Amino acid sequence: MNTILPVFILIPLLGFVTSLFVQRKAETAMSRVAFVTLATHFTLLLGYSVWWIWNGHVPFDEKDLIIYKSEAYEFFIDLCFDKINMVYMLTGSFLVMLVTIYSRYYLHRESGYKRFFNTLLFFYSGYTIAILAGNLETLFIGWEILGISSFLLIAFYRDRYLPVKNAVKVFSIYRIGDVGLILAMWLSHHLFHENITFFKLNNYELVHEHLQTHSLTGVLLSLMILLTAAAKSAQLPFSTWLPRAMEGPTPSSAIFYGSLSVHLGVFLLLRTSPFWEHQTSVRVLIGLLGLVTAIITTSIARVQSSVKSQIAYSSAAQIGIIFIEISLGWLDMALIHFAGNAFLRTYQLLVSPSVVTYLIREQFYSPILRKKTFEDLLPKRVSHTLYMLSLKEWNLDNAMYRYLWNPLKLAGKKLDFMTPKRSVIFFIITFISGFLLLMNESLMSEGLHHFLPFLFSTIGLILVLKSFTERKNVKLAWMLVIMNHCFTALAISFNEHYTMSHNVLYLSGILLCGGIGYLTIRRLRLKGNNIDLDRFHGFSFEYPLLAFIFILACLGVSGFPITPTFVGEDLIFSHIHETQAGLALFTALSFILDGLAIIRIYARIFMGPHVKSIYDMGYRSS
Amino acid sequence: MSTTVSFVPLATLPEQESAYAQFNEDLTLHELSHYLPAQAPLKDFIHHNTLHAFQQKKFFDALRIASTKFGYKVSLSIEEYREYFKEGRINEKCLEETIARRKGKHLIGIWKEKLLNGNFQTGALPRIGMLRANWKKCYQVDMDSMVHPTLFRLVCSYLDQGISSWQFPLQDRNFLNSLREMEKNSFTSFFKSKRVSKLFVENRLELTDLLSMLVGDEKYFSQYLFDQQFAHQGWSGMVATIETQPQTLIDSRKITLKDFILFELLLELDAMDRHHGVGKWRPLSSVMKEAPTDLFSAVPPTEYFDAVTIFQESLEWSYYDEVLAGLVMQQRRQRPKHMKSFQAMFCIDDRECSLRRYLEHEDPHCETFGTPGFFGVEFYFKPIDGQHLTKLCPAPVNPKYLIKEIGQGAKREVDPHFSKHTHSIYGGWLISQTLGFWSALKLFVNILRPTGSPASASSFKHMNKDASLTIEADEKLIQEDGLQVGFSLQEMTDRVEGLLKSIGMVKDFAPLVYVVGHGASSVNNPHYAAYDCGACSGRAGSVNSRVICFMANHRGVRNMLADRGIHIPDTTHFVGAIHDTTRDDVDYFDVQALSPELATMHKKYAAAMNRALDRNAKERSRRFEYVDSSRPMDRLHQEVRNRSVSLFEPRPELNHATNALCIVGRRNLTEHLFLDRRSFLNSFDYQIDPEGKYLLNILKAAAPVCGGINLEYYFSRVDNQKLGAGSKLPHNVMGLFGVANGIDGDLRPGLPSQMIEVHDPVRLLIIVEHYPDVVMKTIQSNDATWEWFRNEWVNLVTIHPETHELFVLRNEELVTYEPTSKVHYAENIERVIETRMDNLPVYSI
Repeated sequence: MNTILPVFILIPLLGFVTSLFVQRKAETAMSRVAFVTLATHFTLLLGYSVWWIWNGHVPFDEKDLIIYKSEAYEFFIDLCFDKINMVYMLTGSFLVMLVTIYSRYYLHRESGYKRFFNTLLFFYSGYTIAILAGNLETLFIGWEILGISSFLLIAFYRDRYLPVKNAVKVFSIYRIGDVGLILAMWLSHHLFHENITFFKLNNYELVHEHLQTHSLTGVLLSLMILLTAAAKSAQLPFSTWLPRAMEGPTPSSAIFYGSLSVHLGVFLLLRTSPFWEHQTSVRVLIGLLGLVTAIITTSIARVQSSVKSQIAYSSAAQIGIIFIEISLGWLDMALIHFAGNAFLRTYQLLVSPSVVTYLIREQFYSPILRKKTFEDLLPKRVSHTLYMLSLKEWNLDNAMYRYLWNPLKLAGKKLDFMTPKRSVIFFIITFISGFLLLMNESLMSEGLHHFLPFLFSTIGLILVLKSFTERKNVKLAWMLVIMNHCFTALAISFNEHYTMSHNVLYLSGILLCGGIGYLTIRRLRLKGNNIDLDRFHGFSFEYPLLAFIFILACLGVSGFPITPTFVGEDLIFSHIHETQAGLALFTALSFILDGLAIIRIYARIFMGPHVKSIYDMGYRSS
Repeated sequence: MSTTVSFVPLATLPEQESAYAQFNEDLTLHELSHYLPAQAPLKDFIHHNTLHAFQQKKFFDALRIASTKFGYKVSLSIEEYREYFKEGRINEKCLEETIARRKGKHLIGIWKEKLLNGNFQTGALPRIGMLRANWKKCYQVDMDSMVHPTLFRLVCSYLDQGISSWQFPLQDRNFLNSLREMEKNSFTSFFKSKRVSKLFVENRLELTDLLSMLVGDEKYFSQYLFDQQFAHQGWSGMVATIETQPQTLIDSRKITLKDFILFELLLELDAMDRHHGVGKWRPLSSVMKEAPTDLFSAVPPTEYFDAVTIFQESLEWSYYDEVLAGLVMQQRRQRPKHMKSFQAMFCIDDRECSLRRYLEHEDPHCETFGTPGFFGVEFYFKPIDGQHLTKLCPAPVNPKYLIKEIGQGAKREVDPHFSKHTHSIYGGWLISQTLGFWSALKLFVNILRPTGSPASASSFKHMNKDASLTIEADEKLIQEDGLQVGFSLQEMTDRVEGLLKSIGMVKDFAPLVYVVGHGASSVNNPHYAAYDCGACSGRAGSVNSRVICFMANHRGVRNMLADRGIHIPDTTHFVGAIHDTTRDDVDYFDVQALSPELATMHKKYAAAMNRALDRNAKERSRRFEYVDSSRPMDRLHQEVRNRSVSLFEPRPELNHATNALCIVGRRNLTEHLFLDRRSFLNSFDYQIDPEGKYLLNILKAAAPVCGGINLEYYFSRVDNQKLGAGSKLPHNVMGLFGVANGIDGDLRPGLPSQMIEVHDPVRLLIIVEHYPDVVMKTIQSNDATWEWFRNEWVNLVTIHPETHELFVLRNEELVTYEPTSKVHYAENIERVIETRMDNLPVYSI
């Protein structure tokens, strides 16, 4: 720890932890904690940036904290500082500071006042980690925090159906981005044989040397990065999540989905550009994706008749253009464009309720004329088609269901024969036999030895698929998730003779949190509640404490950086060979489904309208 | 303050099971639009009784029926009532009296025990939605999720008043025809199912055909439509309202509830075809296992609702009793007439109640009056450059007059942040890199130092005070837009006479008479119209005050008035003014016309007014948690003013929250009472109106206007999720006419939680100072008015002008009432204001 950089992460983290201890009703204390945190952060950051620019603005990188180390593997926190993260940090810090002041009054008397500021500070901690990250692993920590805090902010009004539904939807898109990032990490392990820092990517020779021998891996890695960036920055085909994220209080929508969160994909591209900038095909792809997104989302923005969705789609279109700028190598312009777009959309969203006063007055004083638009020049048939498609968001939202989630659900339905009893018996038998095989590896043939990891990871995937689609039995769904992790560990164990300690590291957090989660569900049932997964139950209304414990358990089980499992997850991946793309994909997929299954369980049990208080709840459609 | 749209039901909802065996399309549609929320688009936000459809029933019966059928929460919960009891806000004596009255004296013990400790059966599922729930039960289809997003988006785009950059094509046709034209003439379709598309294009549809396909058995048709429309009552209500009042949209649209339903049925058909395949599913009634409870069948009384009735009445009478005790106890001080300094007329609005008190305190020789804030002049207003007309009188009135603003119009400022160019590719690119950085600065400045902007609504912007108005008609009685421009001499005199007589101001005029309209200022507030004067259809009352003053100052009018027995001395001058209830600022009109002598007096009175405004701001500030009410006055007032221009302030003012009373009588009834801004005050002198002629006009307006406001607050408070708009923080403006949560939610009519959270849900008590028999005769002479009283949607007490005896209306009869509360004298009301945030008891001051 040789510079001030970690301080910029520690301040919001400290603020977040402090905020957890503020009393629920103490609005002033709460907003003060948030404000002091952000004001300190911004002031320090501003001072530091000026100092840094003054002193020749030399980018630098530092290895800050080694979390885990073995002969062949090192997991470390690495931070760096250059103009890219300076701009991102300053913009983020400034906007979040303004929003904390804004929300102090705006959220006055809202029942989730404390929760809002907690989540805000949590989000901001994740943001600073992601932005200052010097390697993919560190970035991933921040990334995960952003994902979960986004989920919590969108579902801020957790007693209503639509916010929860949309929060799950957005989370699942984020999860697709995560799979890209996990696979990118895996590929880069194999490409560089280390947890490479972004800084080293600037070394053209190094990158070039590795890419020459593994050009396919290089392209794949770039594609994974692009996938992640596109998902996070609401580019095609993922754009429809952005307007649907506008369910929380206006300031949170403004800052996260109008500005910071949505520009993180751009950030990832900027960060990794030294890596892919020599791959022309990738650059063309980024540019094309940006172009198509800009055109399609603009057409959608043009027909929006609600203020927030209009701003959301215009913002996505501008990000498409930023993608083009990046692909052309105009990185400085992209940075300016990012900041400008972030400020503009934040402000537009914050003043969006004023649109009624302003436009009605405008309308009152100007004659009603149907505005001619360029679409009027098109043949009627074409223009109608264009209008209808834009209104239907080019079926993008439906397509997500049709091609992604529905097949998964269909596959899950085929697994209905798996009753709790059968599952447990099956698990015990296969797992024990697998374990016995592992103990007696010498007896196996070469072919079997190759095949087994794949087999076990497939079993794991099937289990989690069942968990994801289970409609009735909560306990079963929860147990299946845990079982999946066990199988993943088993599968990888065949791969390499790594020490048991890696497995322990990996499974420790999962088993602990899995146990806690199981007990929470049990407790809920003991209180006489009938729970299934067919509908939302909204139990956070009745048992806020249980909800909090359960979400901690969920985070632990899904490999969130609060237990050693997080490091273990990365470690496990490093044991998948470069040649085992199938295994990597399966394992990555089961991680993703895992996260989804867990968040689904949480949402179904604890969120949505409370089952027992129909007379206090909003309509489903509200 | 606002008014209601009166509604005459065609027929009442039958309560027998068999009544709908024969589907009567017209009747069902009519009933539907009657029961759906009747809130107009945001710019015309008008308070009304949320459960207006139930008004022909007694209040408590209506609560029970509405709750059982539609699942509304219609009162506080039993736990909340018990909490109120513990806090003493429901007093024990009142509770016992109410039990005795409702249940009989002998049951007091039993019922008290039950109320305070018993268990009540609640939480049965509402009847609405039961039939349609079978889609999920029988077919595992989530119909709402499949149909709503498309339906909402389509109707919102069709109705959109100016948000979208590319407007709905073919919007000059009606809703269904424009959709059909698009469906016919395009490469894509609104539907997945070819069959449905064909049905739609060929236009051979009737409601009954579609219902037969979907529902099957005719006896369920009506219930199905209710289920379907009440799954998104916000949108359906908006469609129904626009159908009946197309003029409420500036850019009008042709849409009917029937068309809307037709299209929704088609989407449902499409959803089923998509989910199960054409021909592979059967109508709902042939697959559902058990028939749902009939929505329309009678709702039997239950013990729970009896408990609600008793608790609610006890809560109300615990408060009323204090007020009545205060009124009776009042020392009647007749002020010596010759010492009158000035007179001032205000709106009856509860927000003016405290300002009048302070004004009288600052200048004990002044006299104040209350009357509906359009001051008896009804007209349409057309500002300079205005392309449309604004109605400036209560909503149900249809004026024949036009007042035009002429001269120099105020320049309208432009804010590029609302420009459509920010949403285009190139424009967005350019603007985000330039204006974007300006936004950051602007946001920063605005958060630290809030100032007004082109986007804020301001009561002073409603009319340019330097422009002149065409108030007097010329001899030819010019017509414009089908309206007469200005009023003739006779018409002006009628209005001035009517106004003065109704408030009892017919002699002893002071040299200066102020007529103070009111409006409000706010920013980032889609509900801004609800903050203005409802007697002016949700606009500021500035034009009206200026118009009535012109008339009252008119030489010809005064001559004619003199013939009718009202002698206004030449030395008396009427001055129009506008009170901004958010900022607590007052602005005066046409003061340059005052004689030097009057101008000097005016200066003195205006100073008194400013002091009163300061103190009024202070009293209001006690409700604002973050404002320290003991701060120095000028700073405190500035802080209150800042709320009206702060982007982040969801409570610029608290509107009508806590309203509970409407007092019709002379000022000396209430002059020395501290009523905590909870009362509408309408001046009235029984001596001038022995027959109750003016009284009828007052009550004809006061019952629906004040009662409507009161009940909208009541229902938004008790069920903020279903009858109110929920928290306004996540609201998203839809098409400039409504708000929804997020982007694909239902419209949210009603009041947001920020407006009602300090409101105590009690019905309005109207107190009239006149002889009981006159009052009784008066209210019974108009059926619509009588319904309000007879069915107990408002409570009524009369106070005998001579004996000061009280009579309360119970079971359609006036019976004597003797208050038992003790009203305390508050020595230092300022101190109370500085220290307390909750509702204050009645004090004598």
